[in-house]
Amino acid sequence: MGKTLFDKIWDAHVVHQVNGAQDVLYIDRHFIHEVTSPQAFSGLKTRGIPLFRKDQTVATADHNVPTINQHLPISEPLSRKQVETLSENCEDFDVRLYGLGHQNQGIVHVIGPELGITQPGMTIVCGDSHTSTHGAFGTIAFGIGTSQVEQVFATQTLLVSKPKRMRITVNGQLQNGVLSKDIILYLLSKLSAGGGTGYFIEYAGEAIRSLSMEARMTICNMSIEMGARGGLIAPDQTTFDYIKGRKFAPEGEDWSRSLEYWKTLKSDEDANFDIEYSFEASDIEPMVTYGTNPGMGLKITEIIPEKIDTAKPESFAKSLKYMGLKPGQPMKGITIQNVFIGSCTNSRIEDLRIVAEYVKGKKVNESVRAMIVPGSQRVSKQAIEEGLNVILTEAGFEFREAGCSACLGMNEDKIPAGEYCISTSNRNFEGRQGPGARTILASPLTAAAAAISGKIVDAREN
Amino acid sequence: MEKLEILQDTAVPMPMEDIDTDQIIPARFLKAIDKEGFGDNLFYDWRYDKDDKPNADFILNSPIYSGSILVAGKNFGCGSSREHAAWALYGYGFRVVISSFFADIFKGNALNNGILPIQVSPEYLDQLFNAITSDPNTKISVNLPEQFVKILPDGNTQPFEIDEYKKMCLLNGYDDIDYLLSLQDKIVQFEQEREYIHKPLS
Repeated sequence: MGKTLFDKIWDAHVVHQVNGAQDVLYIDRHFIHEVTSPQAFSGLKTRGIPLFRKDQTVATADHNVPTINQHLPISEPLSRKQVETLSENCEDFDVRLYGLGHQNQGIVHVIGPELGITQPGMTIVCGDSHTSTHGAFGTIAFGIGTSQVEQVFATQTLLVSKPKRMRITVNGQLQNGVLSKDIILYLLSKLSAGGGTGYFIEYAGEAIRSLSMEARMTICNMSIEMGARGGLIAPDQTTFDYIKGRKFAPEGEDWSRSLEYWKTLKSDEDANFDIEYSFEASDIEPMVTYGTNPGMGLKITEIIPEKIDTAKPESFAKSLKYMGLKPGQPMKGITIQNVFIGSCTNSRIEDLRIVAEYVKGKKVNESVRAMIVPGSQRVSKQAIEEGLNVILTEAGFEFREAGCSACLGMNEDKIPAGEYCISTSNRNFEGRQGPGARTILASPLTAAAAAISGKIVDAREN
Repeated sequence: MEKLEILQDTAVPMPMEDIDTDQIIPARFLKAIDKEGFGDNLFYDWRYDKDDKPNADFILNSPIYSGSILVAGKNFGCGSSREHAAWALYGYGFRVVISSFFADIFKGNALNNGILPIQVSPEYLDQLFNAITSDPNTKISVNLPEQFVKILPDGNTQPFEIDEYKKMCLLNGYDDIDYLLSLQDKIVQFEQEREYIHKPLS
């Protein structure tokens, strides 16, 4: 019996088995940020123990940081305290920190790949559920709680039970105007917000293989929205080309040796998955969400359903009430007040290029506030080099500085109560973008089209 | 970590499904650098209105329901990995959460903080909701050593599963880190014997 890619990587990292149920899993790279690390550092201090492998740990400040005037001290006292605490802890424990103002700072799941820290075959964790993003490189990457951050600090291992294996194959070629965000929102609408719980997903098929690394990251990023522990894609030439030459990419003989190993990282022909799903790329259209979890999505051409199989009527009704929407209503034509382009899902250079190309020479609707927040300092720098910032600001977008921003509204970037925001982020939970905010998830292209029209439109027709 | 063995208490019903950790503890309350005080902000945006006044419709503000057991709809704890959600539930006084389905990361976080997540069948979950709403004084018995839940005094019993190791931790108040630290020699040996090594960052 052959092995899945997931099994190959997982098994190569098992240090020890406990009762045959839990594995002690070795962790190659540990990313940390200001929100979920302070209590873990305190734990080390209380126990009086060192950080076991500081050279496998990388820190950045992203969740809490302002996205304007980053050269000034953070004005919000609690945010400032948390970011300062991260700096102090990194100093005390000698951890590599890309803090505010550093050229490598940015959203943790954007900087890991762009610096070449994320490499095929690794195990990667971070106290953030969207760590699944790194799976795009053929890694086992997943989010952990703060107790586990402390475990990795102390031992570079985690005690975890092995998830089951799921494969999702997307056959054929995508239609024009359909992006990877639409693929994952489509899969979520089919499998629901809990449909992946207990599993680690491998994404496969022609439609996945043909995607860029940025687009693959968008898909793996939202694996957690299905409840899956993570999602991964077998590395291929697209992966190797992306990594080569990046800051921490292997060089010379190391590169050849790495490449030889990376090329073995795929599921064997006769590998067995616990569950398999298969979809046709040609069935996928631009997607939007209408409810309060990412599984509540539909094609932009569809109307809001009367009910769904995966939710009880009361839960479904509560969700629509929060969103101010009704069954039978089309999503197309809904007036929106805000557009947010950013987050670890869609804030990479490719996303910014898609938006800039669409809005070039057009104007953001006067009743819309449109924010674009690059995922990292490097993305921002590149966008400026390409002149995208000029196109975007001339169109009426606010071109801001790197951070998590309005994806979760921990900083000042919040959506006002009751208003709609079409957002390229990953979660449409109640209050996610600010108390009372109503989030509609979509691709950067659909978001760009909404910014110009002031309402939800099909970018293919506009 | 606080030990947990047998608990008999009243319960708070929250039948809503897919309760995500952003509801359990909204992101703007994650700015602390310690684990204290999160219970005050548990379910904040459901518990309080926009003027920070208690919302009378929300179950935690109801004078009728109380107890250290939370009974919730399926897919409880989905979304963000924030352990603050477990700290908030614990800080408020919950020691057991019963649902028909839990999100993975939340389940792990709960167990690491002395909260027992119990998965029951959808049918049994409905029985629990019915029993609690028809008599809010209904007591639920949770027996960790023998792994069952019972609606007292004479209602149905349902067994539940828990990983043997995590059960031992909860019964004794142990956390994983002590165990992992005891394996340090094995970890170093693993690092030395690995076939393919991702070099440390330099």
